[in-house]
Amino acid sequence: MGVRMLRLVLPVLLLPPAAAHAAGGSSEGMPQLAFGNPLLLAQVVWLLVIFGGLYWALSRIVLPRVDAVIEAREARIAADLDAAQKAKQEADRAIEAYREATRRARAEAQAKVAEAVAKAEAEQNARTDAILARFNETLREADRRITGARNQAMGALAEVATDTAAALVSRLAGRADRARIAAAVNAEIAARAGRAL
Amino acid sequence: MAAEGKTIDALSQFELAPALGPIGASVNFTQSNLFMLIAAGLILALMHYGMRPAAVVPGRLQALAETFHEFARNLVVEQVGPEGRRFFPFVFTLFMFILFGNMLGLLPFAFTFTSHIAVTFTLAMIVFVLITVVAVSLHGKKFLGYFFPEGAPIWLAPIIIPVEIVSYLSRPVSLSIRLFANMVAGHVMLKVFATFVVLLGGLGAVGPFIAVLPLAVNVALVGFEVLVAFLQAYVFAILTCIYLHDAVHLH
Repeated sequence: MGVRMLRLVLPVLLLPPAAAHAAGGSSEGMPQLAFGNPLLLAQVVWLLVIFGGLYWALSRIVLPRVDAVIEAREARIAADLDAAQKAKQEADRAIEAYREATRRARAEAQAKVAEAVAKAEAEQNARTDAILARFNETLREADRRITGARNQAMGALAEVATDTAAALVSRLAGRADRARIAAAVNAEIAARAGRAL
Repeated sequence: MAAEGKTIDALSQFELAPALGPIGASVNFTQSNLFMLIAAGLILALMHYGMRPAAVVPGRLQALAETFHEFARNLVVEQVGPEGRRFFPFVFTLFMFILFGNMLGLLPFAFTFTSHIAVTFTLAMIVFVLITVVAVSLHGKKFLGYFFPEGAPIWLAPIIIPVEIVSYLSRPVSLSIRLFANMVAGHVMLKVFATFVVLLGGLGAVGPFIAVLPLAVNVALVGFEVLVAFLQAYVFAILTCIYLHDAVHLH
């Protein structure tokens, strides 16, 4: 095919340009329509050669490299976006962990505070109770002593009253039944004590 | 030389001439082909040196190279779909070749190879052959169904089929003539107004002042032509993508 093409094309390229003016007559009309001009046909043959060469060079050598550069850029952008996405997720996780830790620490601190408060309260209550118990003890002791003293006083009173009453009665009646007087005095004292209390 | 003999010669700029001295002349290598070679060299240099740093954060040249790359890739993927990726090198080559050809042609003393119908038609035929081969290889006989949409009433076939065939065959024609006509019209306009500048500038004392007007028009035209240069390359590429979509998906 190449040889046949060449046989077809070569005469066109090798036609003497001198024939151009003889056949073309390019002085009149548009030179583009002077189809008798062999240069016109040769121009087309060279166009095919140059265009074909340009197509070959672009499609085989130049454009694949451009594609490679653009693809590499797109891949890199995609990878960078991916990395950024990952970094963001990591940051989100870190923030979440930090929040969790803060929350736990706060809860722990609150628990500790509550525990300390409860402990202090319990201690306080215990101390208060002890003091109250001592107070009550002292109070009861005092009560007992008062009651003892009163009973003693009451006993002494009955004796004195019986003596006095016996002396009075013996002076009035010449004689006195000491036992009956003592009973009467005791009864009277008990009645008065009951009223007084 | 344009103003010689006080005539406006807007078409001689499209004349082909052998380039590269006697060697170029011996193989009919024209200045048009020379600019194709320059365009191809610039494209390869931009894509090669631009992408050489292969930096993750591109510099200016790399950003430019990647912008072209991404522009063409989006064009293909949006029009053809994900399965159109294998056509990307072709669409990229086509788009860059036409864009650089159009832009180079706007430089002074440059030749615009896209202003030759032979060139644009050849490019369009490459596209036409490609879409036909792709459609036949992907769909086999079903490709013929492209000329008669399913569900259309059968009695309309005598009308629809010729219309579809003509519209299919006219694709390379419209594709090539659109680019060719746009480039020729722009360059003829530039040349005509540039000739006005020279002609009016020679009109005695007031001449230079009047000549400012066509000069201003030319300045505006150059800006407009830059837009057209990009737009036509874009249109060529996107129509190629649309045809490729038809070839891959059959409607």
